Amino acid sequence: MAEQRVELTVNGAPRAAEAEPRMTLADFLRERLGLTGTHLGCEHGVCGACTVLMDARSVRSCLLFAVQADGHEITTVEGLVSHGPDGAEVLDPLQAAFHEEHALQCGFCTPGFLLAARELLASDPDPTEASVRDGLSGNLCRCTGYQNIVDAVLLAASRRREP
Amino acid sequence: MKPAAFDYLAPRTLDEAAAWLSERGDDAKVLAGGQSLVPMMAFRLATPSALIDLNRVGSLEHARVEDSSLVCGALARESTVAALPGLRERCAMIAEGIGLIGHTAIRNRGTVGGSLAHADPAAEWPALLLALDGEVDVAGPSGAARTIPAEDLFETYFTTSLAPDEILTEVRLPLPASSDGSAVGSAFVEFAQRHGDFAIAGAAAMLSLRTADATVSDARIALIGVRDTAVRARAAETLLSGGAASDGALDEAAQAVDGEIDPVSDVHASSGFRRHLAKVVTRRALALARDRAAAALEAGRRG
Repeated sequence: MAEQRVELTVNGAPRAAEAEPRMTLADFLRERLGLTGTHLGCEHGVCGACTVLMDARSVRSCLLFAVQADGHEITTVEGLVSHGPDGAEVLDPLQAAFHEEHALQCGFCTPGFLLAARELLASDPDPTEASVRDGLSGNLCRCTGYQNIVDAVLLAASRRREP
Repeated sequence: MKPAAFDYLAPRTLDEAAAWLSERGDDAKVLAGGQSLVPMMAFRLATPSALIDLNRVGSLEHARVEDSSLVCGALARESTVAALPGLRERCAMIAEGIGLIGHTAIRNRGTVGGSLAHADPAAEWPALLLALDGEVDVAGPSGAARTIPAEDLFETYFTTSLAPDEILTEVRLPLPASSDGSAVGSAFVEFAQRHGDFAIAGAAAMLSLRTADATVSDARIALIGVRDTAVRARAAETLLSGGAASDGALDEAAQAVDGEIDPVSDVHASSGFRRHLAKVVTRRALALARDRAAAALEAGRRG
């Protein structure tokens, strides 16, 4: 089927591009919008590397067609960073915690983990280690062995709760 | 690889969807959550010439716990259903079953209707529908509609009794009610190699215990992963009915599921291992159901 226009909000900004219906949201974000922070691991919904937020809920962007996202709000890893008054980049508390706790090595799985963790902490601001492991069980990491990822999420949670 | 090309149709009403499905025929597939269909399309195990996307049909998304049943539109998201207030208290088996479906991101898109229509023998929703004697509404072309009870829905692997031009529209599961006469407990237990994997074997169990003497007034057991569809273990249920829910009785019932399953050997497990696991998960689910019912009995007496 011919390409059709897809209009959506990505990281707070209205974006639009053309896509064949068979183009996944993951490929659309990467190739049409140049947002290559969303990664392709397994492309069949198992590894979680492609995780983004759609309307604040985590989704496998490899299992959504871009045309389905028309009219929706997407958050990618690029949307986590903010900017200070001097224009300098300010890391999201999760990103800062991942950095401090060495929760990434090659970084391939990291965007997916960050967005999954963002949703986890939004619904459960004071998680136990067990619920962090359960909540992130849909994201695979081949480098770290997960312990530092769990520590980083718990650290970010505790900091968000600080006054 | 990437999915093959298809015509994308996004109806706004159920009538539109049914009309297009009828028009496009065997080569079209309905798209709900996509968590099973799209991976198949990515592998090109499925190459529909048209996808009829139901996600814009607003009338299919409802989900509510009513007095006597859980009512879900076919497009109700699994995570939405899991978050319904009071669901776990009304029926732990449903809440636990949903929690065993994949991972959060899968449940955010995956739908009740999609899971039932896909009829994976290892899926949780078919077991819940069977255990609770639920039913589904189905819409056909030109406004045709019918209701299919659980026992008539699942035919074999990935095959339901839906006609190619029918769309599942609503799912209703009767919820157990603890009354003055009895207390109910339920549980869903699975064995999988990794958290969130498809079940190698799973059991949904529900027990109603009479207030008067704690004997079993109703037993429901549904198994997944051990036959070509989810299956009610009726012989095991019959063994339990009328007697005490003792450890010995639960042991006997768990052994009795052996005659009602037909597990295959595959890369994940041998048929012998599945047969063993079927009894283990049944026994564990029955024990949890029994203990929860007993706790409800106790709470009823104190209250």
